Amino acid sequence: MQAVVSIIHWLVALALAPLLLGIIGRTKAFFAGRTGSPFLQPYHDLRKLLGKGAVYSHTTTWVFRAAPMVGLGAVFVASGMVPFGGSPAVIEFPADLILVVYLLGLLRFATVLGALDTGSSFEGMGASREVQFSALAEPVLLLALATLGRQTGSYSLSTIFVDIAEHLSIHAGPAMLMGAVALLVVFLVENARIPVDDPNTHLELTMIHEVMVLDYSGPDFAFVLYGAALKLWVLGALLVGLVIPVHVGIRLIDSLLFVLGMFALAFLVGVIESCMARLRLLRVPQMLIAAGAFAIFALVLVLRQT
Amino acid sequence: MQLLFVGVGLLLASGLVCLMLSRRPRAVAIVGPAGAVAAALLGIVPALRVVGGEILPPVQWAWSVPYGSLTLALDGLSAWFLIPVLVVGGLAAIYGARYLGSYARYKALGPPWFFYNVLMASMIVLVLARNGMLFLVAWELMSLASFFLVMFEAEQESVRRAGWIYLVATHLGTAFLLALFVLLGQQAGSLDFALFGKTGWVGGRAGLLFLLAIIGFGTKAGFMPMHVWLPEAHPAAPSHVSAVMSGVMIKMGIYGIVRTLTFLGSPAAWWGWVLIAIGLTSGLLGVLFALAQHDLKRLLAYHSVENIGIIALGLGVGILGQVCGSPVLALLGFGGGLLHVLNHALFKALLFLGAGAVAHGAGTRDLDRLGGLLRRMPVTGVTFVIGAAAICGLPPLNGFVSEFLVYAGALHGIASLPVSVMLSLLAVVPGLALIGGLAVACFTKAFGIVFLGEPRTPEAAGAHEVDLSMRLPLVLLAAGCVGVGLLAPLVVGMMAPMLAAVSGVDATATGESLAGIRSLLGQVAASAVLLLAVIAFLAACRRRLLAGRPVTSAPTWDCGYAAPTARMQYTASSIAQPLIRLFDVFLRSRLDLSAPRGYFPQDASLHTDTPDVFQEHLFQPTLRAGGRLLAGLHWLQHGHVQVYVLYIALALLAALVWKLG
Amino acid sequence: MAAWVETLLILLTLTNLTLVAMSRLGACIRTVALQGIVLGLLTICVHPHTPSLYVLLLAGGSIGLKSVVFPLLLGRAMRDTHIRHEIEPFVGYGVSILVAALALPVSFWLGSRLPLPRPASTLIVPLAFHAILTGLFLIVSRRKAITQVLGYLVLENGIYTFGICLVQESTLLVELGVLLDIFVAVFVMGITIFHINQEFNHIDTDRLSALRD
Repeated sequence: MQAVVSIIHWLVALALAPLLLGIIGRTKAFFAGRTGSPFLQPYHDLRKLLGKGAVYSHTTTWVFRAAPMVGLGAVFVASGMVPFGGSPAVIEFPADLILVVYLLGLLRFATVLGALDTGSSFEGMGASREVQFSALAEPVLLLALATLGRQTGSYSLSTIFVDIAEHLSIHAGPAMLMGAVALLVVFLVENARIPVDDPNTHLELTMIHEVMVLDYSGPDFAFVLYGAALKLWVLGALLVGLVIPVHVGIRLIDSLLFVLGMFALAFLVGVIESCMARLRLLRVPQMLIAAGAFAIFALVLVLRQT
Repeated sequence: MQLLFVGVGLLLASGLVCLMLSRRPRAVAIVGPAGAVAAALLGIVPALRVVGGEILPPVQWAWSVPYGSLTLALDGLSAWFLIPVLVVGGLAAIYGARYLGSYARYKALGPPWFFYNVLMASMIVLVLARNGMLFLVAWELMSLASFFLVMFEAEQESVRRAGWIYLVATHLGTAFLLALFVLLGQQAGSLDFALFGKTGWVGGRAGLLFLLAIIGFGTKAGFMPMHVWLPEAHPAAPSHVSAVMSGVMIKMGIYGIVRTLTFLGSPAAWWGWVLIAIGLTSGLLGVLFALAQHDLKRLLAYHSVENIGIIALGLGVGILGQVCGSPVLALLGFGGGLLHVLNHALFKALLFLGAGAVAHGAGTRDLDRLGGLLRRMPVTGVTFVIGAAAICGLPPLNGFVSEFLVYAGALHGIASLPVSVMLSLLAVVPGLALIGGLAVACFTKAFGIVFLGEPRTPEAAGAHEVDLSMRLPLVLLAAGCVGVGLLAPLVVGMMAPMLAAVSGVDATATGESLAGIRSLLGQVAASAVLLLAVIAFLAACRRRLLAGRPVTSAPTWDCGYAAPTARMQYTASSIAQPLIRLFDVFLRSRLDLSAPRGYFPQDASLHTDTPDVFQEHLFQPTLRAGGRLLAGLHWLQHGHVQVYVLYIALALLAALVWKLG
Repeated sequence: MAAWVETLLILLTLTNLTLVAMSRLGACIRTVALQGIVLGLLTICVHPHTPSLYVLLLAGGSIGLKSVVFPLLLGRAMRDTHIRHEIEPFVGYGVSILVAALALPVSFWLGSRLPLPRPASTLIVPLAFHAILTGLFLIVSRRKAITQVLGYLVLENGIYTFGICLVQESTLLVELGVLLDIFVAVFVMGITIFHINQEFNHIDTDRLSALRD
C-alpha cells in the first residue's frame, strides 16, 4: 500500500515540478505590475521545445549531447528519493541522502562539461562560478541534513522527514528554524536564483546557470529545463518537509498540505526575486559561509539536548 | 603461494634479462612487460582465492640475516593489497611497452624495465612479508627501484631535483620505520609479525608506536604535511610508472598502517581523531593544490594526496567504531577506506595513463596549451572522463561506493553515538562534501580544458590517438571502475574475512552488520542501474524526437561576436581562479599580473604559480637551518682518503672498546 | 519563561554572527544597540519571580546606555570624524563568519567544563562565552578604532550575560561597575578618536603603530 502511495507521490512530483517555475514567474510579474505568463507556461515551453529540431555548435562533441540526458537522469532518480512531506519516498535506504547529494553533483558535472564543450568563454565563466558555489553549498546542505539526522536519530531522508514531527519540541524549534534558513540559502544557490543568480538576466557576463545552457536547443533544452524544475522540487521538498512537519494522519490532507507548501515556497522565491537585488559575486561565498554558520548553530543546539 | 613465488622469480629473471639485453630495445620491450604481465596473471590466482576466503599456510625459510627469517604468508589483508599491485602493475606494463618505445632512439630501455620489474616484485614481497627485517628490505628495494624510475629522464634539471627530494623524503620515513620495528622487536623479542600481535601493548607505548607508524608509513602514503615529495616525483616519472607509484606504491604506506594496527590490538580514541584530522587536511589541501596546478600530471599527483586523505578518513572512522564497540561503524569505516584503496588504484592509474597518452599524443601536459582532444583521441577521452567522474565520487562509478561507505559510517555515528565520541565524525561529513565539491571543480576543469572546446595550440590540433596497446589498459581500467561501481555488494562481500580480521569484530557480529551493509549497497547499485536505464530511455526519446527533424550545425553562440578564436576560450587558470582566491589563506598563490592599460591595450599577461606551502614554509627553512647547524662539522671532510680510513679505524676501535669494555 | 530566555539568547548569538559579517559601520552600531535591548529583556526574563526595583533598574540602565547613549556617541564620533563607512577588516568576512561559527562548539565545550551553579538555561553560559569570544575577535581583527569600541561592547555584553546566571545579589554592583568602566572607555575613545582624527586625518589603528617610539 505504502509503495503504491509513494509511487503516486513521485508521479505527482514529476508532474508538478514545472508548475513551480510558473508560480515563480507569475509572482514576479504580479510584483512588477504585469499580468505575466500563465501558470502553465513552462509546460507549453517544454512541449514546444520537444517538438523542435536542434542546432549544434561545430565545436561540440558527444559530451554536449549527452550532458542533458545524464543530468536529467540523475535528478530524476534523485526526485524518487526525496520524501513527499511526511510520506516516505519510493527509493529509501540508510544514508540515501548522500546519494541524492551526489546525484545532484552528477547533474552539475554533466552540465559543466556540456558548457565547456562549446568552447565559449562565457560558458566557461558560468562553469567556473557554478562549481565554486556548489562546492561550498554541498557541505552546508549535508551539515544541515546531518543535524536533522541527529535530531531524529536516523540517517535516511524518508525516516528523517517522517519522524521529524515527533521530535519537534519547544527546545528544538530554534534549531530547526536555523536549519531551515541554511537549507533555504542552499536552495537558492543551487537553483541559481536571486540573490545569487538571475535566471532572467539579459547579460551573459552576469549569468551563472543560464549561461551554461546558452547553446542548447530543441529536445536537449527541454531536458535541461525539466531537469532544472525537478532540481527545484528536490531541494524544495527538503525545505518544505522541515518547515511544515504537521501530520494530520489523513494521507490526502497531508499530501495536499505538502503540495501547498511547495507552492508557497515558489511564491516566496518569487517574492525574494522581486524585492532583492543580486549580490556581488564576491559576496556569494560569504552568504554560503553564513548559511554554514547557521547549520553549525543548529547542530550545536541539537547536540545540547542530548 | 607457489604461483606467487614463480611470479616474483619471473619478474626478477625478466628484469635481469632486460638489463643484459639493454642494447636491443625491441627485445627489451617484449621481455620486460611480458615478465610483469605473466607475474600478474600468475599471482592474481592465489590473491583472488585468498580474498574469496581460502586460507593458505605460511611459508618459512631460514635466512642468515640477524633477526631475519623468510616468513611469508598470504592472508586477506595481504591479498587485498596484492590485487591492485598485480592488476595495475600488469596493465601499466602493457602500456609502458609502447610508451617507453618512443624513447628507444636515445635511451637504454634495459634499466627502466629492470627497475620496473624489481619494483613490482618488491611490492609483492612486501605485502607477503611476515618478518620485520624482510619487510624493511622489501620496503627499501621498493623505494630505490622507484627512485631510479623517477630518475629516468635525469638529464632534465627538474627531474633530478624531484628525484633527490623523493630519495631524502623516503629515507626520512624509513628512519621512523626502523625505530618502529626496533621498538616492536624489543618488546616482542623477535621481529616476526606473529609475535608482535601476541604481545600486549599498553597505553603510551602503543600510542608511540602508532605515531611512529603514522609518520613513517604516512611519508610513503603522502599524508599532509609529509607529502612534499609526491607532487614532485610522480609527474617526473614516465607515465606508466606514475600510475604504479600513485595507484599502488603509496598504498603500501596504508598497508603498513593497517598492518601495524592489527599488531597493536585495541586502539585509543585519539588514534581515530589523528587519522581523521590528517585525512581532512590531506583531502582538503590536496584538492585545493590540485586545483591550482597547470600541469596535468602534477594535478593528478595532488589528487593522490586528496584520495589518501579519504582513505585515512575511512580508517579513522573505523577506529572510532572499534573504540565504541560499534561493529557497523567499524566495518563501514574500514570497508570504505580499504575499498577506496582498490578504487583509487583503478581510477588513478587510469587517469595517469590517460595523462601519459595526452602527453604522448599532443606533446605537452600544460593544461592551457591543450584543448579539443576528444575529437582527436576518442578512446583516451572517453576513458578519461570515466576516471574523472569516478575520482569525483559520482554515482554510478566505484569512487562513489567507497566514499558512500565512509559517509554512511559517519552519519551512522552521528545519529547514534554519544556526543563526546561523535564530534569528530561531524567534521567528516561536511569535510568530505567540500572535498567532493572541489574535486568536481578540479576534474571538470581538467577534462574540460584538455579534451573539450577548440585546440589552443597547433600541438593540440595535431594530436593523434595512441596505439592499441596503450588504449587497451585504459579501456580495461575504465571497465574496472564501472564494474566495481555496479557490483559493489559482491565486492564488499568478498572483503568480509579481511574486514573481520582488521576491525577485530567477532565473526557473528561482522556477518550481521555486513549483511546490512551489503543490502544497503544493493539498493545503491539498484539506483545506479535505474539511473543508467533512465539515461538510456532519454537517449532513445531524443533519437526519436530528432528523427526527421532538421538538425543543423552552427558556430558557438558568442554573444554576437563574429570572429572568436581558440585563444579566447576560458582557460584552466581562469576557471580555477575564483576558488583559488577564496582559499588563498592556504594556497598562497603567487600572482604575476600585468594588467591591460589604456584604451587600446597592447600586452597583458597573467601568470599564477602555486608552490607547495609546506615545502616553502616548513621543510625548506627547517632543512636550511639544519644545514647551517651541520656546516660546523664541515672540517671533518677534506678529501684525503687516508683521513677517512683513519675515521673508519677509530670508529671500529671505539666500537670494540665499547663492546668489550 | 525558559523559552523566552533561550530565544533571547539565540537572538544575542545571531546578532553576534551578523556583527562579524557586516561591512557597514552604521549597521554595526545599530546591531550592537539591538544587543543592548535583547540583554535588557533578558535581565527581566531571567528573574521573572522577583521583578524587583533592582532588576528593573538594571534592565532600564542597560537598555538606556547600550542602545541609546552609546550608539548616539559612536554615531557622532563617526560623523564628526568623516571616516569611511566600510569596516576594512584584517580578516575577511568569510573567514570571520567561519571563526565565529566555530567558536560556538568551542564555547559549548568550555561551558560544559565549568563548575557553575545551574543557571536558568543551559544556553546561558556557552552563549555568554561565545559573545566574549566574538568581542575579542572583533577587537583583534578589525582596523578602525570605532569597531574596536564595538568589540569591547560585545565583550562586555558577554560578561553581563555571564553575570546574570551567577550570584544574583552582587550582580547589580558588579554590573554597575562594569557599565561605568565601559562608559568611561567609550567616552575617552570618542574624544581620542576625535583628536587623533584631527591630528592625522585617519583613525586606522595599524597606522598608529608608527607612534610607538
